[in-house]
Formats: sequence, C-alpha cells, structure tokens
Amino acid sequence: MKLRGCAEMKLQISSQIAVFALLELAGVPERQLAVAEIGEKYGVSSHHLAKVMQVLARAGLVRSVRGAGGGFAFCGNPRRTTLLDVIRLFEDFGSADSRLEKWEATAEGRALHEILTEIDDITGATLGSITLATMCKLVGRRRAYAGQASAVSH
Amino acid sequence: MLYSTAGMEASTYTSAGSAIAVRRVRATDIPQVVALDERVTGLAKPDYWQDALSRYGGRRLHDRVFLVAERRGPKSNSTIVGFIIGEVRAWEFGSAPCGWILALSVEPRARLAGVGQSLFKAIAAEFKEAGVNKMRTMVARDNRLHLMFFRSEGMMAGPYLQLEKELD
Repeated sequence: MKLRGCAEMKLQISSQIAVFALLELAGVPERQLAVAEIGEKYGVSSHHLAKVMQVLARAGLVRSVRGAGGGFAFCGNPRRTTLLDVIRLFEDFGSADSRLEKWEATAEGRALHEILTEIDDITGATLGSITLATMCKLVGRRRAYAGQASAVSH
Repeated sequence: MLYSTAGMEASTYTSAGSAIAVRRVRATDIPQVVALDERVTGLAKPDYWQDALSRYGGRRLHDRVFLVAERRGPKSNSTIVGFIIGEVRAWEFGSAPCGWILALSVEPRARLAGVGQSLFKAIAAEFKEAGVNKMRTMVARDNRLHLMFFRSEGMMAGPYLQLEKELD
C-alpha cells in the first residue's frame, strides 16, 4: 500500500545515471562503452553523463579507455561496491544530523526526528547491502521474467 | 553441485581445488563449531552449541536443520569451515509455513570460496524437501557482510517489520 502523495524514495538524477552506467559496465566484464551509447539508452545528455563518469573515475570505479572503440570500462569490485557507495558520491545521504539542529527545540521535533532517523537507517541498510553484482543478478532476473511474459503473450 | 538431504550423509562438491562437503551435524563436530563461532564472535558458548545440537541436530529432523561445511584434508582429517541452522516454523506472526535461517557462520579464512553459498543452497534444498517454498532470516542492520551475502543470494525485504522496546 502506498500512502497518497508518498512515492518511493527519490534519488538525484546523477545518482540514478551513475547506477545505470555502472550496471552497463559491470554487467559484462571487460566491456567498454562510449558515453554516447549509455546516454542514448537512458535518455541522458552526453554532457551530464561525462560529468558523472568523471566522479566515478575519481572514485576508482571506472577508467577511461582511449583510442578507437574507447570509452569507459569498469574497474571496481562489483561484489564489494554497494548502491550506497555510489549514491554517496553524488548526494548527502541521510542528513538527519542537520535536521536535528532545526528541530531539537521541541519535543515534537525530536520525536519526528527519531522516526525520520529510523527510516534513514533502514534505507541506508538496504542500499548498503545491495552490491553491483547483486543488482546485475536482479537485472538478469527481470530480463528473464520479461522474456517469459513475452513468450506467453505470443 | 549436490547436497545432502534430510537423513542422508554428505554429498560433496569441489571448490577452488579443495573438496568441501555439506552434511548434517554430528556430536563430534561441536568442539569445532564452538571454536569457529568463538573466532567469529569473540565469545565461546559451549553450552549454547551443545543445546543447539540437541534441538536442531537431534530431533524433528524433518523440519529442523543443522548443517556443517567440512573441508577434507589430504590425510582424511577434516575441518569444519562453516555451519548453518534453520527450522520450518508455521503460523507464528501470522506467517504461513516458512523456513527460517537462524544462524550462519563461515570461517573467516575460508570466505569468498563459496562455502556460505553452498550452505545456503543446501538448507534451501532441505526446506523444499520439508514442503515449504519460502525462506526467511533476520540480520542486524549494521551487519553488512551478512546483509550483502543474503542479498546476493536473492533474498529481498519481506512483509514484516521487527519492532522492540526497552523494558522499564
């Protein structure tokens, strides 16, 4: 059940693009992709994607490959890199401490802060437990389901 | 890979050149289980593991499972490198019959070699044999190692939230 007006947790666009790009690259070892190829699939400008890739390169998750057929290749550890590791490169995840300052003056504020911190903790534990390798498995399963559904409908 | 099923002896598989067998626990394994648990948690609990042996390795074996992963050495000596405990529980918290993983531990020096995965698959086979089609576990939020492992095996968040309260 979803509460009215409550959607799933929102990620910044840069975080989403980073996750998609890493899944494209980590899913197939030794794969090299140009920024334009990834951008085309997800409808993202090459300019925006290039900035995201620079951040990922600085974090040691991708490396640029020069020359014909160049682009970017994955160079991290897919079994040890989590969604939380990636998202934290682009956004300040779980800013409960800054909220506390604003709300600590009242008991109501502190009570609400306690609940929001609980939600942050659960979200952090979830994102911190899902590695890129696990995400690649999930993507594979989604593709398999889609393939089965397509076969049934035909 | 092949695994033991309820009431059967060990089946074996080969991982990274060394033979690992997953089988039901025996009383003679308990000292190694206690030592492994102490290496992982820093706390020796011999009484607890002796009790676990009688509860999960001695009776109601059709719905209680205590498996060990054993590495066989060259001179027929063997070392316990992991264990997993589980039980089929029904109707608690309003839940239909479901296999619960209650404990999982792998020797730190033997990690990343597929031992945990073998134990996980073996207990899944035991649960299927017992007639359930879902399994569940509970992991501390800050235990990233276990969370990452269970996630990598395809486990997702379930329909329950665990709640607790400090007693006054």
